[in-house]
Order: sequence, then C-alpha cells, then structure tokens
Amino acid sequence: MQFFFEVLIGGLLSGVMYSLVALGFVLIFKASGVFNFAQGAMVYFAALSVVGCMEKGAPLWLALILAFGIMTLLGIATEKFVLRKMVNQPPIALFMATIGLSFFIDGFAPLLWGNEVRPLDIGLVDEPIPWILDSYNIVVSKFDLVAAGLALALVALLALFFQYTRVGRALRAVADDHQAALSIGIPLQHIWALVWAVAGFVALVAGMLWGSRNGVQFALTFTALKALPVLILGGFTSVPGAIVGGLIIGASEKLAEIYIPPVLAGWFGGNFGGIEGWFPYVMALLFLLVRPEGLFGEKHIDRV
Amino acid sequence: MSAYLSVNNIEVIYDHVILVLKGVSLEVPQGKIVALLGANGAGKTTTLKAISNLLRAERGEVTKGDIQFRDARIDQLTPNDLVKGGVIQVMEGRHCFAHLTIEENLLTGAYTRAISRAELKRSLDKVYEFFPRLKQRRASQAGYTSGGEQQMCAIGRALMAGPEMILLDEPSMGLAPQIVEEIFEIVRDLNQREKVSFLLAEQNTMVALRYADFGYILENGRVVMEGDAADLRNNEDVKEFYLGLSSQGRKSFREVKHYRRRKRWLA
Repeated sequence: MQFFFEVLIGGLLSGVMYSLVALGFVLIFKASGVFNFAQGAMVYFAALSVVGCMEKGAPLWLALILAFGIMTLLGIATEKFVLRKMVNQPPIALFMATIGLSFFIDGFAPLLWGNEVRPLDIGLVDEPIPWILDSYNIVVSKFDLVAAGLALALVALLALFFQYTRVGRALRAVADDHQAALSIGIPLQHIWALVWAVAGFVALVAGMLWGSRNGVQFALTFTALKALPVLILGGFTSVPGAIVGGLIIGASEKLAEIYIPPVLAGWFGGNFGGIEGWFPYVMALLFLLVRPEGLFGEKHIDRV
Repeated sequence: MSAYLSVNNIEVIYDHVILVLKGVSLEVPQGKIVALLGANGAGKTTTLKAISNLLRAERGEVTKGDIQFRDARIDQLTPNDLVKGGVIQVMEGRHCFAHLTIEENLLTGAYTRAISRAELKRSLDKVYEFFPRLKQRRASQAGYTSGGEQQMCAIGRALMAGPEMILLDEPSMGLAPQIVEEIFEIVRDLNQREKVSFLLAEQNTMVALRYADFGYILENGRVVMEGDAADLRNNEDVKEFYLGLSSQGRKSFREVKHYRRRKRWLA
C-alpha cells in the first residue's frame, strides 16, 4: 500500500509538470482560439535563455528576469510579424503560422545560445523529504513538491486573472469572437502581444523546472507532446482543466506503468514495460470519443 | 449647421478588385435616427463598416472620398480610437460573446473607458433599465439566450462604451415581428432620452421608416433615393419595390413589371 501511494504521489507531482506546459497552450487558445504549436519550442527557448544568461555570468534571479524580457519580446514580435497579418483568417491558417513559428524558434534558439546539452541548477535538489520518509516511509521528492506548488500558484493566479479582471474578460471575449471584440474597441494587437508574453512567462517557468530536471536540450520541445493528452482531458479552454488533466495523466501513467504489465504478462507472457510512454495518448483517444470538449472545456454552443 | 457624421462620396474595394460602393454620400444629423435601406448586397453593411473601420480587417478599403465625424476625418482611425471617440457599431447577426455571461458581455463593452467601479456599476444599471430582460438573464451564458435577448445584449454592450452614435446593422434579423417592434421602441427611447444618434441599416423597410427621421435607399452600391422618412414611406416607387404596395392597393407579385421602372433607378 505504501508503494501504491508512493507511485500515486510521484505521478501526481510529475503530472503537475505536464500541466505547466499545457497551461501555455490554454492561454493562447483561450485568447485567440489558436492551438499554438510553438509552445514546446518556447519552453526550450526560455530554458536556453536562462542557461545562456547564467553562462554569461548573471545570477539566477537576473537570468530569469532577462529570459522573461526575451520571451516578452518574442511575444510582441510574434504579434507584430505573424498574427497582425492574420486577423479574421480561419483558425487553420493561424495554426499553420504557429508551426512555422515553432520551426523558426527551434532554429533561432541554438543559434543564439549554442546547442549542446547543459545542466540548469536552480538550487532545488531531487531528494526525498526526510520527515515524510521517516513517518510514512514514502519517498516524496522535494523538487517535485516545490515544482507542483509553483505550478498550482501560477494556475490559481491565472484563473483569477481570467475570471475577474477587465483584461482577462477582454481576453475571453477575443477568444469568442475576434470581430465583435474589435467592434467594441478592444485593441486586438495589445491583447495578443500581452497573452503571448504571459504564455512566454509560463513557458519560462516550465522550461526552468523541466530544464533543471532533464537538462536543457532540444528534447524539451517534445514536452509539448506530453501536454497534448492533458489538454484533451482537461479541455483546451480551461485553466483549472489543465491542472486536473495533468494530475490525471501523471497519476494514471505511473500507476499503469507499475500495475498493468504484470497483468498483461500473466495473460500473454512476455514483457510489457514502457506503457508510460503511450498510455496517456490512449486515454486521450478514449476521452475524445466520450467527451470531446474535455472535462472543463467550453461546450460548443449551437442554437437550434 | 454642419453635419455631425458625414460620408462623402466614398468608394470601397474588397480584395483590391471588387468594387462594392460606388460613391456613397450620406449625413447623419446630431440626435437623429437615419435609416439606410436596400436589398441584399446593396452595400448597407459595407457602408457601416467603412465608417466604423472594421473594413480593414476584412480586406476592404476605402479608396475614394472621406468620412467625417464632428468635423474631423475618421477614416484612418482604428476601431479602438473610434469607439473612444464615441462611434460604435453593433454588427449584423449580434455577435455576442457566446461563452461569457450577459453581464460579462456588457462589461466588456466598457473596455475602452477608464472609469471607476462605481461609474461602471451606474452604466450597467442604466443598460438594465433600458433592457429589463437582460437583467433577468444576467448570469446566463449569452450563447444560450434567445435571438432577441442577444440583440439586446449586443446593443447594451455598445451602450456600455458610452457612445454618441451607434451604427446599428440589421437589428431585425431573424427576429419575430413583436420582438423587432420591442427593439425599435428601445432604439427610439435611447435616441430621445440618451440623445444617441443612430445610423440604422435595415432590410425591413416598413419598420425602419416608421422609427427613423430620415432615410437613404442604396442599390448596387449607390444611393438611389433619399428623403424624410415620412416622404419615403409615401413615395410610389418605395411602396412598390420595398413595401409591396401600389396605387391600386396590394397586387400580385406576378404583375409587377419592375424592370421598366427600375431601369431609371439603375442608370
């Protein structure tokens, strides 16, 4: 039983890391109805910027601020050179534009900072918390716990921002109907630059945590793929959905990894390791059949 | 008195090739309701969008002529500046934010105004006073409300911006006659009590001319007729082409030899 809880808690905490990446997608999807394919690339770029600044001699806090500045510039540039030209275009055209953007960032980031794999030390160690280990005999990583706390705080902040502020409301309005938002005088340009900057900030937090855990490398762009099932479960438009989706995916993939292979091996014989890698996508697929808008997503409203 | 809003001989081209307006001029005096009438594709919506500058987002462009509001050119402004300047469009087909509640929809309308919370509340209450139905539905998502309520929501949202002039596009679209009447009553009310001027694009000629002070009839991107609403209502051509009446009373559509008279309109 202790082992079960250990797996469960480990899964939940790693799920929060997925949520963090998913959150970036949700932000941009909410504000423009576009699936931002470049989010993974942004995570990579942000992490690389932090490491790059630190190599130039900046302390961590300064590197974070500089990296945030860079991500903000990237957001503004994206609005100015890509999105502004594409108001009122069908969503698929915008989606294609973000694919292009993702390739651009993938190439541009190493050009700026070099492409070797580098460690990122943010002063958090991946070790069990002693008192939990002592009293319950369960291993809970300190790193994971802090990361989860950070992610939760970010999510709470963003949820409040979207629900209760004037700008948050305007963001949701823009997501619903670009043209109507334009007609009542909401400046799309500012709104988009803003939301891309915020998505850049989320990418920065995600990149920092993922980077310090796995090293800053090109593979970070693929964390985005792990966010996909999270989004499908939680719903593309829901900030809390991203977190719940992440928890479910994280916990279920770890539990599946531990408990399903022995069963399958009992039935068919052989080795069934590595379920973790594809289990979330199967869950996402099943979910799409049952509830395509996700747990907390906005239902498409049709008037009959 | 110089005109309040004036459109001077504008030409609009979509996508660099499609000529939609071929020299439209019109004026809206302060505090009046002016109707812009015409059939499908006559250019009513394009005229409104040219004024509100929503045209550019649709690859349309005003290539000739100019548009003035309070003696200043407004055809180069962004919609954001224009809304701040007091001119706002209510688009055809309502365009409420479906996933926002009615109240949130109204609040977004005040986005361009830097006002205090108390003032915002006052504006909101005023809108609810004009549209009591919206108050009942304030917490429902706009996508789930009826067509009439959505139209009210769209007008209410525009009111929240504190406009002097509303460009109202086809408010009767898809609504039951009773609801249309109700909405036009509110428009008149807003005009008289709040001194909001209206430029109203409508296909429903009968209703529009009853509530408007003045009317323009557009056909094929040109103004073919203009006059006081009462005069237009009694004009033989208008009666026959738009109201389906003639001097002999109602007649079968089969007998309408419209080509003969129409010729001189289109020349």
